[in-house]
Amino acid sequence: MGILSQLNSVPMYAVCGAVIAFVASVCIIFMIRAYRAGISMGMDPVKLKRAISSSATFSVLPSVGILLGVIALSGSLGTPWPWLRLSVIGALHYETQVAQAASEAVGMGGLSAAEMTPQAFSTIALLMSICIMWGMILSVFFNKTYLGKLSGGRKNGSAGGGFGDLAMTAMFIGLVSAYIGSYIGGLVSGNGLFSFTGNVMPLIVAVVSGAVMACFIYLAEKKKQAWVDSFSVAGSMLIGMAAAVLIKL
Amino acid sequence: MSNSYFERYNSRTHSIGRISTVITLIMLIGAPFLIGSYLGAMPDLGATAKAFISVGLVWTVSSVVEFLVYTPMLGAGGGYLAFITGNLINMKIPCAVNARDIAGAKTGTPENEIISTLSIATSSLVTILVLALGVLLLVPLQPVLQSPALQPAFENVVPALFGAMAYKYFRGNMKIAAAPLFIMSMLFVFIPSLTSSTSFMIIPAGAIAIGIAYALYRKDAKT
Repeated sequence: MGILSQLNSVPMYAVCGAVIAFVASVCIIFMIRAYRAGISMGMDPVKLKRAISSSATFSVLPSVGILLGVIALSGSLGTPWPWLRLSVIGALHYETQVAQAASEAVGMGGLSAAEMTPQAFSTIALLMSICIMWGMILSVFFNKTYLGKLSGGRKNGSAGGGFGDLAMTAMFIGLVSAYIGSYIGGLVSGNGLFSFTGNVMPLIVAVVSGAVMACFIYLAEKKKQAWVDSFSVAGSMLIGMAAAVLIKL
Repeated sequence: MSNSYFERYNSRTHSIGRISTVITLIMLIGAPFLIGSYLGAMPDLGATAKAFISVGLVWTVSSVVEFLVYTPMLGAGGGYLAFITGNLINMKIPCAVNARDIAGAKTGTPENEIISTLSIATSSLVTILVLALGVLLLVPLQPVLQSPALQPAFENVVPALFGAMAYKYFRGNMKIAAAPLFIMSMLFVFIPSLTSSTSFMIIPAGAIAIGIAYALYRKDAKT
């Protein structure tokens, strides 16, 4: 049996599927508990359902993008392992990079099925697991203490009272600014300082997506079509991505 | 409903979150050894250590920063789930922020805790479902998803996401957004190699935005 046949065998699907099933059940438990707690605390069920529907529609397109990551890695690592990594803990940009570094560390020229051996695979799989586990470890030991300190600060007013909410919005604005800035930088200097011949596509897609979002917000706020809120991000992304396809035609 | 109900809920969330995280960790670390025994070749621990030093340390630092920055945004339940299910920057954080915004919940409140948990759990389940369906239908789907015509769309998922989010969050907060956007753009223009470290550049961009937000907050508080 070739290495790829082994990596795509039923036992591999069973091991990886079991971990995914466990994590899915954890998500369901958290979801049910949160929904019930929300109702018990007097939150509006419509609001709770909108949080669920908007998050579901929001996540479909990025998930299809992640599926492409599974397909990309399946050529060298088989399908079950990338399926597990990207369903559960991994991040698209992380998995490929670590898998590549791990393949070099075990003496392979690069990540390829032709050079893959059983030991190389199990070593790559272990490295992919341990490199990204620190967020989970920190959560186990410090999540409660950290959040407790933050809420204590809020109660005492030392965190600036209502500033916490503004700080989180500002942090998110910083996150978005870094990405939009990278698209501008990529266009202006991607092929040499001030050459203006770099990749323009991310910036165009971001602008189209932003313009469509403006239309959705107009509908929600001015035309009182609040229901579009749940689909505004997914719809904007879809049209932004469609613009990329049309431009490349 | 009293605060004590929420405190009990939260306390139980931490217990369930810790237990499920530890079990997931054991499964994820155990899986390569289980697979190794099936394949007849255990992982090479020396090579793993060597590779960890070359690539893993960077991700360790990144994980610490992500934990410190994103845990307050996500709350307890959302935090445990997000660190178990991954894809934070490109999906979970924007998803939770969007849900929080739609619900009008404020950071640190019980409402935010509930909305954030619902949002991250839903998002994770959608990803699990899409990937499971994708793997199940891999043979018929592969030619469609990998067709050259659709590649520009899938190469630009993240710009499409951040373009939409930029409009949504910049428009009411231009005083906060202008400086980090300008500074980041200039940095990426003058040092193009930073593009490969965009996820690290979030930290200074966030710090600048928070600094400006704090100055505006203090100014508003005085008037």
